[in-house]
Amino acid sequence: MKLEIKGLTKRFGSFTANDHIDLTVEPGEIHCLLGENGAGKSTLMNMLYGLLEPTEGQIVVDGEPVTFSTPGEAIEAGIGMVHQHFMLVPVFTVAENVMLGREQTRRGVLDRKAASRLVRDLSDRYGLKVDPDALVENLPVGVQQRVEILKALANDAKVLILDEPTAVLTPQEIDELMAIMRGLKEQGTSIIFITHKLREVKAIGDRISVIRRGKVVGTAQPSASEAELAELMVGRSVQLTVDKAPATSGAAVLEARGISVVDPRGHLVVKDVSFEARAGEVLGIAGVQGNGQTELIKSLLGLVRPDAGQVWIDGRDISRHNPRESLEEGIGYVPEDRSHDGFVGSFSVRENLVLDLFRNEEFSRGPVLKRDAIEANARHRIEEFDIRTETMETPVASLSGGNQQKVVVAREFSRPLKVLIASQPTRGVDVGSIEFIHKRIIAERDRGTAVIIVSTELDEIYALSDRIAVMYDGRIVGTVDPSIPREEIGLMMAGATTSAAANGGAA
Amino acid sequence: MTTTTTGPAPASPGPGAPEAPVRDRADVRRQVRLVITFGLVLASLVVFALLVDDPAFTYLLGEKRTAEFVPKDGNATYISWGAVVIAAIALVLAALDRFPRGWKGALLGILVGLAFYAGFLMWAYTDQAEGGIQVFIANPIPGTIRIATPLVLGALAGCLCERAGVINIAIEAQFLSGAFFASVFSSIAYSSLVFIPVALCAVFGLLGGVLAGVLIAAMLGWFALRYRVNQVVLGVVLVAFATGLTSFLLGQIPSDHKETLNDPQVLEKIEIPVLADIPVVGDALFNQTLLVYLMYASVALVTFLLFQTRWGLRVRAVGEHPKAADTVGIQVNRVRWQAVLLGGVFAGLGGAYYTVGSTGAFDREVSAGTGFIALAAVIMGRWHPVGATFAAVFFGFMWNLQNQLSFVQPVPGELLGAAPYLATIIAVAGFVGRVRPPAADGEPYVKE
Amino acid sequence: MSETPKDPLGPGTPDNGDQGQGTTTQGAVPAGKNDAARNGAGRDRDLTSWLPTVVDSIAAVVLALLVGALLIMFSTPRVVESLSYFFSYPWDFFKFSGEAVWDGYRALISGSIGSGTAWTRTLERAAPLICAGLGVSLAFRAGMFNIGAQGQILLGALVGGFIGFHYDLPPGIHLLAALLGALVAGAAWGAIAGILKARTGAHEVITTIMLNYVGRFTMLYFLGKEALQRPDSDNLLSPPVDDSAAFPTIAGVHVGVLLAVVAALFVWWLLERSTLGFEMRAVGANPDAARTAGMSVARVYVSAMALAGMLAGLAATMTVLGRQDSLTDQVAGTVGFDAITVALLGRTTPLGTVLAGLLFGALSAGGLSMQGAAGVPPELTQVLQALIVLFVAAPALVRGIFRLRGQGRKADVMATGW
Repeated sequence: MKLEIKGLTKRFGSFTANDHIDLTVEPGEIHCLLGENGAGKSTLMNMLYGLLEPTEGQIVVDGEPVTFSTPGEAIEAGIGMVHQHFMLVPVFTVAENVMLGREQTRRGVLDRKAASRLVRDLSDRYGLKVDPDALVENLPVGVQQRVEILKALANDAKVLILDEPTAVLTPQEIDELMAIMRGLKEQGTSIIFITHKLREVKAIGDRISVIRRGKVVGTAQPSASEAELAELMVGRSVQLTVDKAPATSGAAVLEARGISVVDPRGHLVVKDVSFEARAGEVLGIAGVQGNGQTELIKSLLGLVRPDAGQVWIDGRDISRHNPRESLEEGIGYVPEDRSHDGFVGSFSVRENLVLDLFRNEEFSRGPVLKRDAIEANARHRIEEFDIRTETMETPVASLSGGNQQKVVVAREFSRPLKVLIASQPTRGVDVGSIEFIHKRIIAERDRGTAVIIVSTELDEIYALSDRIAVMYDGRIVGTVDPSIPREEIGLMMAGATTSAAANGGAA
Repeated sequence: MTTTTTGPAPASPGPGAPEAPVRDRADVRRQVRLVITFGLVLASLVVFALLVDDPAFTYLLGEKRTAEFVPKDGNATYISWGAVVIAAIALVLAALDRFPRGWKGALLGILVGLAFYAGFLMWAYTDQAEGGIQVFIANPIPGTIRIATPLVLGALAGCLCERAGVINIAIEAQFLSGAFFASVFSSIAYSSLVFIPVALCAVFGLLGGVLAGVLIAAMLGWFALRYRVNQVVLGVVLVAFATGLTSFLLGQIPSDHKETLNDPQVLEKIEIPVLADIPVVGDALFNQTLLVYLMYASVALVTFLLFQTRWGLRVRAVGEHPKAADTVGIQVNRVRWQAVLLGGVFAGLGGAYYTVGSTGAFDREVSAGTGFIALAAVIMGRWHPVGATFAAVFFGFMWNLQNQLSFVQPVPGELLGAAPYLATIIAVAGFVGRVRPPAADGEPYVKE
Repeated sequence: MSETPKDPLGPGTPDNGDQGQGTTTQGAVPAGKNDAARNGAGRDRDLTSWLPTVVDSIAAVVLALLVGALLIMFSTPRVVESLSYFFSYPWDFFKFSGEAVWDGYRALISGSIGSGTAWTRTLERAAPLICAGLGVSLAFRAGMFNIGAQGQILLGALVGGFIGFHYDLPPGIHLLAALLGALVAGAAWGAIAGILKARTGAHEVITTIMLNYVGRFTMLYFLGKEALQRPDSDNLLSPPVDDSAAFPTIAGVHVGVLLAVVAALFVWWLLERSTLGFEMRAVGANPDAARTAGMSVARVYVSAMALAGMLAGLAATMTVLGRQDSLTDQVAGTVGFDAITVALLGRTTPLGTVLAGLLFGALSAGGLSMQGAAGVPPELTQVLQALIVLFVAAPALVRGIFRLRGQGRKADVMATGW
């Protein structure tokens, strides 16, 4: 199936998210769509999938112009999509998820057996191993993604759109996914592969279209260098690494010993984890999403009470502290999901900048807020951190992702810290803000703060860390030096304890 | 996340760290809670048993004294101390952390509950002689079923709506308007010139109840789905609206027209031949009105619809992850509309109970907040029609107990009156706690 | 009504990541979205952002009155009869309808603001609605939907009233003691729901509704005691409070009405100027972020519900210490439920609650004279109140009907889902 996009435009009010985009996907081609966060890739794909209606332009399938007003029509036309945030019902089984929307019944009763059979057939044919009767919420993300692909294949998709599919996978799983993509391509399926990762487009793409600020700004061959692609994507030359001096590690500031956490569903998600964070050093915690990092960090802060183990700061046991006491011990925290945990969306920038500071003498006297001080603080931080907001009264929810993150970072960096814990500090943030936030983190390290960075992006881990701890299945499988090759870390992220782990950076 | 994942290398534990056995704090809390509960049950049962002076009591297998059911005598001693033994066993099991989980645990829990009930009854019904009136323990099942009927129907409506992702606090509103219009329809059918057989007038009333329930459901759907009004707020407002409207309309019925508009025919009892002869439960379950049989059928129907049909799969998908449903071509709001309206049918039937199903004429306080109890049953039953039914029956049981005990001396009537409501609070707070509602419950679905 | 406005652009919002440019144009952000969002917070926006909501509210009231007019028409026998010969002589129908609606609404207005006594009655009816409505609003801002004002009022009335008629204290002290008793009892009753939510996660909508019933039976239980029985009555009725425990009156209006205004100012100060209010609003808008920022969500829930109950207890004093009503199980009337609609109509802000309380007080006072003068059933006001709130909650509907333009701000209603 040949898919052409001609002059497709999407406007929201006066804002143009997609500006006359032209794109052709040949049958059996892997066409990469490269662009940074917020460039308009997802808007384009949502139009292609009938989730958004184009303002102008045309979609042409095999020479026939088509319009999709619902996803159903796009599916009918042979377009399948694997969404960045999986469109799976967590409490349904794999088979139920695959059958949803195209259910077979026998005398009015759902034919679950037929659905299981279909899942088994498809998974055999395409080599996607899945248990059809497993509940989706119990599956690891990598497998959930296979279910998403199966869903599309069950609808006979001829064009498969993969929206940022690698964000949640280990390097090994990414390799597997690429193998699956190649297999699909051989069977004649066209694939649109959306990503912002340069390495991946070079590895798998047949052709690369780069999109920036809603426009296709160029096409490239997979042979192009990473620097070229990055410049095309961002619109200026990009520094791919962070300038930093070697760390001058001091004493251990934060120590965790034997931390175990049981989650509300009764699973042991953090298993006897011990580590230490030292002054003036960045400890990177690498690992695929969902291997216990979230719960480990929350237990350090007192957001979750660890079921076993202790945490010390400067030798004081803080494992029974509540979040407020932990913050008062000098922990700064940038949560992984900023809109969930990091700020109050309806609060103004001014209010969010003191969200965890308003009790300090600087900002309140007894029960009364000091409004002048809070305002002065907001003016100061907005300038210092270059937060792009119209006024300090603008609700944070209406800022862009990068500026929202800057609000959180500005707040956390605006008091003296002993330990800085940043989870996914640059997730969903534009390149300019990434550079800025990375610089500030290194500056904080150089001031002698112990820094812990949790990231699922290996690039970020390598860019910032002085030591790397790798988590898999609730454990730290090893702590290594950043000079270790990516492949080894990749193996550790899948659970292997390498020889490198033994002689790694723990020394 | 389990370890049976994809990784190419098998999971091996961290460097030399034998896994320390970790006991979940929630698990410890569960044990503590069980021990405290059973301890209290045991203590009160012992007190009940000791307070009995004269162990003689009388009981009745039916609800009322009839030719068929005559009072019999019993001895409280064995029952009281038997209950104490059961509670003691449960306490020991809990203290040793051997209390079973899953359905076995539930069964044992119910057994302890029954033991408490029995011990309590013994205390309440013995030593009554000096009052002069003969009191006997009557069969609680018929009353329970009767009172539970509207609760179950209302809870089914709640399940349907909330499984589809629409919070329905307006069950009380549906009850009120269902009750009112059932009465009006039945009365009109009886007194009007339209030829309807007398026996069908009450059934015609049910139709009126259903229409009214669906009407309120339509308002709920209209404001919640079309205008995306906060559904909790909406529900409360709809209750206020229905309360005002029904009492306004009731005030509009002139007293000289009362018999034509608010004097409904009441549903007759229908005895099911063989089943009604089963001892103890038969008469209670199978000598009831059409509405009660409809209630039985509704539970089965809703359960089947939700879990075995295409429509049910879609309803649940829409309530859990509407966007996922949308991306496979399901029209989210249409499915939600269907679920809300179908829910209105059941809630309207439930409302009809309060007039044509039981006492007759409509009155401002007929439903007395039972719509909210039905809602509590939905939550206690974890949004499952069968679970909600059990919860509703439990509330019916409490209510019935209150009615029966109002003739007995030792317990103050106000405390008994508050008992069903207190039971709801304890149930929602203690046993259910943080339950997981359908993930998208109460969230309007907006296409970008 | 999700609290955090989802970015309608999805990932489409570009950020001016290019720092070299140095311009801070936000031109790329769509104006419409920003307008709506900008109205949500801040202090210089107070006047401008209030405007559309006032328009919405007035439109909702007008629309409800129109529906009410229909109800009046069809509850008037003359009008219904004229329908039977509508096609031969339609004038009758319009004439009778017009007269019925005119009479009804004229009585409504004259009975609420038409005279000094009408004003007194309006104010005395508005005061408890305002106090209890403030309680509902306050809890709402902290993310709790408090349906329990009714029970909180009952408990406040019980304790305040008991102190008022049972003990013999010097005038000023007696009033203070009774007032304090009512406040503390209301607060304690309210706090139960807060504690249950904080400790077990039990949803406050269920627990507060149930506590209303429990409160009623508690009242009945104590009314059955001899100490609370009015000597000259066979009904379950207590004596009225002593004069030494009653609010003094100024110009025919008891001082409690002033307390309602003070309460509104207090709630405003609490929410906008205090640390506890800051925490409450944060917890109400995003409890996860509040917890991460070191706030104790449990403490906020309990204190918000205690304060809400306290305000309901204050509402109880309006009748028991103000009008010197006897205690019965009906002493709260429907104030507790009307308070919810008052709070919602007032968009859970203190000023809005005061205005909405005055409106509902007027409706309630006028409803009585509507019945007396025009034969319109008093239940009509209840329907009107529900309709007003329904229309306020769905501004899009009202705007569609009146073809009003403008974006308006979303209602400040927070709770979504269970």
